[in-house]
Amino acid sequence: MDYEFINDIISLYIEAGILTFRIALLGIVGAVVVGLLCSLIKYYRVPVLQKIVGAYIELSRNTPLLIQLFFLYFGLPKIGIMLSSESCAIWGLIFLGGSYMAEAMRSGLEAVADIQVESGLSIGLTDFQVARYILLPQAITVSVPAFLANIIFLIKETSVFSAVALADLMYVAKDLIGLYYKTDEALLVLVLSYAVILLPISAVFTIAERKLRYAGFGN
Amino acid sequence: MDKEKALLEIEHLKKSYDSNIVLKDISLDIHKGEVVVVVGPSGCGKSTLLRCINGLEDIQGGDILLNGEIISNRKRNMHLVRQKVGMVFQSYELFPHMTILENITLGPVKAQKRNQSEAVSEAEELLRRVNLIDKKDAYPRQLSGGQKQRVAIVRALCMHPEIMLFDEVTAALDPEMVREVLDVMLGLAREGSTMVIVTHEMQFARAIADRVVFIDSGEIVEENTPSIFFTNPDTERARQFLNIFEFDAVKGVKNK
Repeated sequence: MDYEFINDIISLYIEAGILTFRIALLGIVGAVVVGLLCSLIKYYRVPVLQKIVGAYIELSRNTPLLIQLFFLYFGLPKIGIMLSSESCAIWGLIFLGGSYMAEAMRSGLEAVADIQVESGLSIGLTDFQVARYILLPQAITVSVPAFLANIIFLIKETSVFSAVALADLMYVAKDLIGLYYKTDEALLVLVLSYAVILLPISAVFTIAERKLRYAGFGN
Repeated sequence: MDKEKALLEIEHLKKSYDSNIVLKDISLDIHKGEVVVVVGPSGCGKSTLLRCINGLEDIQGGDILLNGEIISNRKRNMHLVRQKVGMVFQSYELFPHMTILENITLGPVKAQKRNQSEAVSEAEELLRRVNLIDKKDAYPRQLSGGQKQRVAIVRALCMHPEIMLFDEVTAALDPEMVREVLDVMLGLAREGSTMVIVTHEMQFARAIADRVVFIDSGEIVEENTPSIFFTNPDTERARQFLNIFEFDAVKGVKNK
């Protein structure tokens, strides 16, 4: 093991790690927004839209992210839409994550008993107020474990971004292997980089989940 | 009784789920300050009647009027109607993620846009009345069934409804907790609240009712004063129904 080499390449990984993290963050925020909208459309059975959302969820969950990225990166230019590697990565992550988040949130919404909604209506709240004060707070608590698992899953999925020439962690590692043939070092630092990003997040999530469970207000 | 003065008028109400007819042709007037108890066998449609009044169910025929205004099958502003109609459910349906005080003030503050501190002080006043003021910052899961149901009644009351609907509110309670809930309702009746009560507690029904409505298979079979209904009902079906609650009748079956 060439420790001097490792020492030299760490700064490259930090840079790529920050890029990976930034893209993951934007993608996940977008996925949460898309997921919330889709889950509400399915929960309220909005005509027409619910069919579109259903098709989107099936398509997104049953195709690999790599293929989705190829469509964005190589397919869209054919119809005149050019996206940068970074935009492709973010949109790809939103496309994939949106459906997973939608399903996590929908299961939360459906776990709230209908009569809770009726109880809210019976004290004169509007549908919107019922959603805001009664339905969503309870649904979110149920969704949290799946929701957090999805976040970790999406961060890991970023490792395919190198396929659309985005200089993320995976890209840097492959680049170094190609240039210097130092496979062991490059891959070791790669694994450690993902661990450094994911382990703290995972630890925080575990604590958050436990807190929520015990503060749990469920009957 | 003068029809004009009825607070709630139900005219030829029909309710069905697809081909399954739940309420056939219900007409009923409820006047201000009146306590009407609805009794009948399970599945006769009495809970559905309350849900129709509160607009939780569409109806397939007839009209429901509150203060002379049609409130049935309204698409718009149903929430304004529901603010005048209090509902208490069998399973309490407190909001588990809110404290007792938040449960009670949610409607007044968010739906009626009343002043927060005014709503809180009224909620506390009502909680004091039902001996639950020490639970105001507790969560529903920390309360017993009877306590939860008293909170649910307070939550409905805090909206200043013109009429209160009670849907088998003691059916899910342990026997020793039934009393504390019924006492609260008796107190309300004495103060002149207008109430429609669906219940299986016959002793209670007799004590609280101004009028008893007996529903069977989706129609009103008998409407009577409690003293006549519980001692010598006009109809044979009411007589049979009341017999179920007699211990002698149970013994009679055994001796056969």
